[in-house]
Amino acid sequence: MATAAFFYLFAVLAVASAAMVILAKNPVHAVLFLILTFFNAAGLFILLGAEFLAMLLIVVYVGAVAVLFLFVVMMLDVDFAELKAGFIKNAKVGALVGGVVLAELVALFAFQGLQIAPAKVLAAATPSDISNTEALGRLIYTKYVYFFQGSGMILLVAMIGAIVLTLRHREGVKRQSIAAQVARGPATAMSIVKVPSGSSVIPAAKSKEAAE
Amino acid sequence: MSIGLGHYLTVAACLFTLGMFGIFLNRKNVIVILMSVELMLLAVNINFVAFSKFNGDLVGQVFALFILTVAAAEAAIGLAIIVVYFRNRGSIAVEDVNMMRG
Repeated sequence: MATAAFFYLFAVLAVASAAMVILAKNPVHAVLFLILTFFNAAGLFILLGAEFLAMLLIVVYVGAVAVLFLFVVMMLDVDFAELKAGFIKNAKVGALVGGVVLAELVALFAFQGLQIAPAKVLAAATPSDISNTEALGRLIYTKYVYFFQGSGMILLVAMIGAIVLTLRHREGVKRQSIAAQVARGPATAMSIVKVPSGSSVIPAAKSKEAAE
Repeated sequence: MSIGLGHYLTVAACLFTLGMFGIFLNRKNVIVILMSVELMLLAVNINFVAFSKFNGDLVGQVFALFILTVAAAEAAIGLAIIVVYFRNRGSIAVEDVNMMRG
């Protein structure tokens, strides 16, 4: 009974906040509603007995992805009111397509009656004597270790890609070059100037750039 | 009334549809489009975990883990592209994206 109550709590809150994500006028509010959606989805995962994925959802999505969204929304000085133009016009087409898809999906298992044939052979049956986290760890680090490494490579590529995309080399910024300073010797630092007798005019020294 | 697979699938279907609706609704605001894509991926993850639970097969959760990884990478790259685009154009209206077309 309590499980059912919590399921409906999480489900209703998740769907309502997901609706607010796409309807919110202020994108900062949209990101905050996205965080609420992820929290409620994590609650649903806990009800399903997937504690590890629930915690992962909170740590990765709320802690990293949603904050990244928040950061970008606040960093970019975007006129969001202008982007709202055509909202109503698009809403009709969107409501049509979305309604059809939702009707099809719900009709698939509401009216027809969902019957999944139990799998004859399970790829990895859920163990009953160890926790969800331990069971997942045993599976990931043994049977699916190559996929695990592959997902690590995906994250590495994403990291390098994000850095390469946003790295900007500014022109005309003076920076200290330690190597050039250390490599400076008498040949580049000093010049012998012949001053004609009776004259006080010192010829201009060679500029640093020319010397280097 | 016990909570069965159909309940979870209904929630996931609602979330997926809302994500798709959001893409149509905010066609100009690419940040909200990215968030809608995240919603759709979350709906897929709920489906995977629900099937994993009711089928007694742990591999669904492993797959959900990999989907989570790819979604995080996609969000990072997408936001980086948005930042670069904004730096070049001063706007994130995706209707102007085809400026480089031939």
